[in-house]
Amino acid sequence: MKINQKDVEHVARLARLNLEPQELEVMTVQMDAILGYVDKLNELDTEGIEPTAHAVPMANAFREDEIRPSIGIELALGNAPMVAGESCFQVPKVIE
Amino acid sequence: MNSRYEVVIGLEVHVQLTTKTKIFCGCSTRFGQAPNSQTCPVCLGLPGALPVLNHKVVDYAIKAGLATNCQIAPHSIFARKNYFYPDLPKGYQISQFELPICERGWLDIELEGSEKKRIGITRIHMEEDAGKLLHADGQSSSVDLNRACTPLLEVVSEPDMRTADEAIAYLKQLHQIVVYLGICDGNLEEGSFRCDANVSIRPWGQKELGTRAELKNLNSFRFIKQAIEYEVERQAELLDDGGKVVQETRLFDADKGVSRSMRGKEEAHDYRYFPDPDLLPLKVSEDWIDQVRSTLPELPQAKLQRYQQEFGLPAYDAGVLSAEKPVAEYFETLVALHDQPKICSNWVMSEVLGALKDKGIDIVDCPVTPAMLAGILKRIADSTISGKIAKQVFDGIWSTGKSADQIIEEQGLKQVTDTGAIEAIVNEVIAANPGQFEELKGGKDKLMGFFVGQVMKASKGKANPEMVNQLLKKKLSA
Repeated sequence: MKINQKDVEHVARLARLNLEPQELEVMTVQMDAILGYVDKLNELDTEGIEPTAHAVPMANAFREDEIRPSIGIELALGNAPMVAGESCFQVPKVIE
Repeated sequence: MNSRYEVVIGLEVHVQLTTKTKIFCGCSTRFGQAPNSQTCPVCLGLPGALPVLNHKVVDYAIKAGLATNCQIAPHSIFARKNYFYPDLPKGYQISQFELPICERGWLDIELEGSEKKRIGITRIHMEEDAGKLLHADGQSSSVDLNRACTPLLEVVSEPDMRTADEAIAYLKQLHQIVVYLGICDGNLEEGSFRCDANVSIRPWGQKELGTRAELKNLNSFRFIKQAIEYEVERQAELLDDGGKVVQETRLFDADKGVSRSMRGKEEAHDYRYFPDPDLLPLKVSEDWIDQVRSTLPELPQAKLQRYQQEFGLPAYDAGVLSAEKPVAEYFETLVALHDQPKICSNWVMSEVLGALKDKGIDIVDCPVTPAMLAGILKRIADSTISGKIAKQVFDGIWSTGKSADQIIEEQGLKQVTDTGAIEAIVNEVIAANPGQFEELKGGKDKLMGFFVGQVMKASKGKANPEMVNQLLKKKLSA
């Protein structure tokens, strides 16, 4: 096994997912299978091949530092579940 | 500070860049606008929106790297730092993790009375800022995403500092540099220059670092010093009592002068960084670096050296004049017009900076320009006016905007250099104070100052003090 139930619980917590015990079991098996499949890549000989972070052989896409119009408060808040005051997203109280 | 332990401090500074637009979209970065008025699908994190890198952010990062002796990476990439927080719309922050744009730099700090010390800079990377949480009372918080996606540089130091004073010296120098470079407005209170301090202690001689606490919310140099000193004491007491320091983030409360733990964020520290597939790798050519290098201004440290070597100024003067770029520019313009650096330095430091401070005016708006001030200094040099009268001329220029010569002419401030006229006054003063004059003659040298003063007063400050002195001496030996 590449992955155990503890790993799955940890990742689920980071993703804010509440998994039932039997879901945890299923997920553990499935994630292990996925990782096992990806592990096949290790069979490839990558000797002498440069590491890459991207699939496309390109670099450097820029924009100039010029202001473009924003979309406006109304549109920006269009999908907000709740709006606070004039123009803020409202969320459950955050305690620091 | 506690002397039983060695203190180890490393600093992370977030430098907010002064670009007009955000790092990955064209929204304005202007401060103080209506909440969420400066947002678009990219900085709101809406599905399908793609970030595009602001060229100027890279220019600024290279500038900062060169100015802090870093190596500029020919190849760097952006990464996603994953965590959930309501001010982070995408659920991840675009940052750099592996392959940041600048690495392995340093700054030399110098504390009064001690040797120069080199503080290492581990890395400088580019990233986007989060939004702002407004803590309304009651059951909810409000989110303003205007600041989301604002460009930041994170400057990470090596744990090379051993006292709060060293930390402050490093921070002040870094602050001075980014402001000089024109890449940051340097406003600590508005959060343009934010500092987190990693503080740990260890018994003297121990090799391994102690467990560190990360201090946040330090928005003035004074608070940073307070917070570090408080933290050192807190950790020392823990260790003294046989306890252990826990690795945690602590929030400094400047009002109470204490810090408190931000527990509960512990688990969130698993950020699962991975390369952001939305952003192409960044390649920086030698040409690009050279081009940015050619735009670097002379930095404050270099000016400080040059003012001492080229102009022969004392270290103190050089420090005051080079601390802020506009002051340095004023001084250099003045010296170019009037080639007497020490006299120029005295005038800028006392009269100009003093008057500006009094009136709360910025030096770029100073009503007495370097050219006007040079006009005054020329008239002192050619003995048209005395140094004392010159201050009156300075005030005159300040309030009227006229030239030195106009003020001198209009107010009749020209120094009296006519021997006959001065001699007449000297005679009057001697006649009025016969007793003192006899004492002076008898060897009570202290009275010389009194007589010079009386003559100057009688001439309304216009007599040439040098000549007054000579004439008095002549009278004594007569």
